[in-house]
Amino acid sequence: MAANDVILAIRDLTVRFSGIVALDGVEFDVERGKIVGLIGPNGAGKTTLFNCLSRLYTPERGQILFEGHSLLTFPRHKIAKLGISRTFQNLALFPTMTVLENVMLGAHSRTKTGFFRHALRLPPVAKEERFIRDVAMESITLLGLEHLADHLASGLPYGTLKRIEFARALAGAPKLLLLDEPAGGLNHEEVFQLASLIQQVRERLKLTILLVEHHMNMVMQISDKVVVLDFGRKIAEGRPSEVQRDPEVIRAYLGDRI
Amino acid sequence: MQLPASAKEIDTRTTGLRATRPAAASHARLWKLVGLILTLIVAYLLPLGLSNYQAFEFTQVFIYAIALLGLNILIGFNGQFSLGHGAFYALGAYTTAIMTTRWDIPYGWTIIVAGVLCLIAGFLFGLPALRFEGLYLALATFALALSTPQILKYFDNWTGGSQGIVLDKPSVPLGLPINADQYLYYLTLTVLLLLFLLAWNLLRGRVGRAMMAIRDNPIAAEAMGVNNALYKSLTFGVSAMYTGIAGSLGALAVAFVAPDTFNAFLSINFLVGSVVGGIASIIGALFGAAFIEFVPIYAQEISRAAPWAIFGVVLILFMYVMPTGVAGLLHRVLERLTRRPSKESSADNVVATSPAPADPGASSPARAASGKHE
Repeated sequence: MAANDVILAIRDLTVRFSGIVALDGVEFDVERGKIVGLIGPNGAGKTTLFNCLSRLYTPERGQILFEGHSLLTFPRHKIAKLGISRTFQNLALFPTMTVLENVMLGAHSRTKTGFFRHALRLPPVAKEERFIRDVAMESITLLGLEHLADHLASGLPYGTLKRIEFARALAGAPKLLLLDEPAGGLNHEEVFQLASLIQQVRERLKLTILLVEHHMNMVMQISDKVVVLDFGRKIAEGRPSEVQRDPEVIRAYLGDRI
Repeated sequence: MQLPASAKEIDTRTTGLRATRPAAASHARLWKLVGLILTLIVAYLLPLGLSNYQAFEFTQVFIYAIALLGLNILIGFNGQFSLGHGAFYALGAYTTAIMTTRWDIPYGWTIIVAGVLCLIAGFLFGLPALRFEGLYLALATFALALSTPQILKYFDNWTGGSQGIVLDKPSVPLGLPINADQYLYYLTLTVLLLLFLLAWNLLRGRVGRAMMAIRDNPIAAEAMGVNNALYKSLTFGVSAMYTGIAGSLGALAVAFVAPDTFNAFLSINFLVGSVVGGIASIIGALFGAAFIEFVPIYAQEISRAAPWAIFGVVLILFMYVMPTGVAGLLHRVLERLTRRPSKESSADNVVATSPAPADPGASSPARAASGKHE
């Protein structure tokens, strides 16, 4: 059952923005249940790759297979339902809504009552609302945000806002969780807590995680595998200890192009 | 900036807050319930003490309130702009006028048909409107408002051209001991309550959250699985339906429709009412409706020469005193009344009013009323 172990397969992924190649034939696999770190210098194409996975960008060439289905045949709003949740590099919360409401949105893809049934408040609505609230509270509790449930998701410390995004992503019961720079803007202690949190969540919810991160210590500490991009190309892939020693990677980061 | 400090305070006082929160919440709910029941009693007894003309004025307020609620759902809760809702008001009005006078269809049915027609028209208009954002959508809808009188005149074999159509005022059914104006008052009030209930249902659950999520951050909403295109078009349809039903009732109340009463000024007036009342609020629609009905009348009484100058001054005063609309002010007052026992909540309020808008147009009123749909 080796083929089943790959939850996400990226093949020959190429994205071009008006002549600039953002991703150039990138290929790698994400194995089920693993934490895969995606690293590379600024502008290497990490977020571009994430945006392809969320269908914000359509690649010029290549294929993205999630559990054997081509993601490129699905519209944006169907991605969450397939089992892929994400967080955003520069926070994408709903600032006029409470923390609880934000996280409840995470469960939107798992429910389906629409305008008509809501307007008339037909019986399935109450049941679904209870389900959404329970799921959201569970997720909020997991991230230690209970005391802020009724607070607006704005005007809170940056690290807290990041946790809210994390909770919202988990409320979607994803199989694959995409974390875009979760440690960005956090202080040393918060990064340390985040690392153990990601590991706990992976264990508890049996998740697969694809992680874009600049914080090298954290990536190397928690990843099972690390993929390194530079100028849109994959330059290395392997266990953290291997990648760290890779001369190509060292050159990309320290730079001898001067 | 005391934000981090106050957040930390909340952190350390978890248990304290827990103890006061539910009490405050149930307190607030009680206040609201008492207020609602008292308002309803007053509303149903009121026409007995009013002159026919006064009853008509209140009928007009209810009709505007339905139209404004449609606009609030669209602008306040979904972040889509419209300066063209007068067109849907006209569509509703003419539907009723044509159906009752030409085909002798009972007016009750025509109200429903007007709603369904506008729902479809709004949905269809909402589809191409997906391509426009913010001010561009406002302009596109404004074009609709500008062309409405011309379109109505163009189809003159249906609409009666500039002459318009004269309707029969609905007669009082079942031999009720009230006059026609009082009956219209009760009819519109009942429709209003029904539509307010539907809106409240729609906005307080999964659908309402998705609508607001689109307003706050469309990309994140879509990433959560919200079908933005469908939700925006459907919201446009629902919004148009409300305004169309208002138009239908308006035609019955005035017993006359003519193209030039559905000009661009009507659409702008709706927007004024919406903002004055509180744009992301259900109850705000009522205050906004009272404003656009009564302020021009009083302005006329104060100065026959320049009533619109008076209107303008009053409008500016309102915006200055209540930047989040009447509903926003009311919400804050209620919060202060019910939360007095816990001192922490004032720190909490500071945080709650700090700006972090994704969409500056809709978000600050939205925040003021964010507790409303709970």
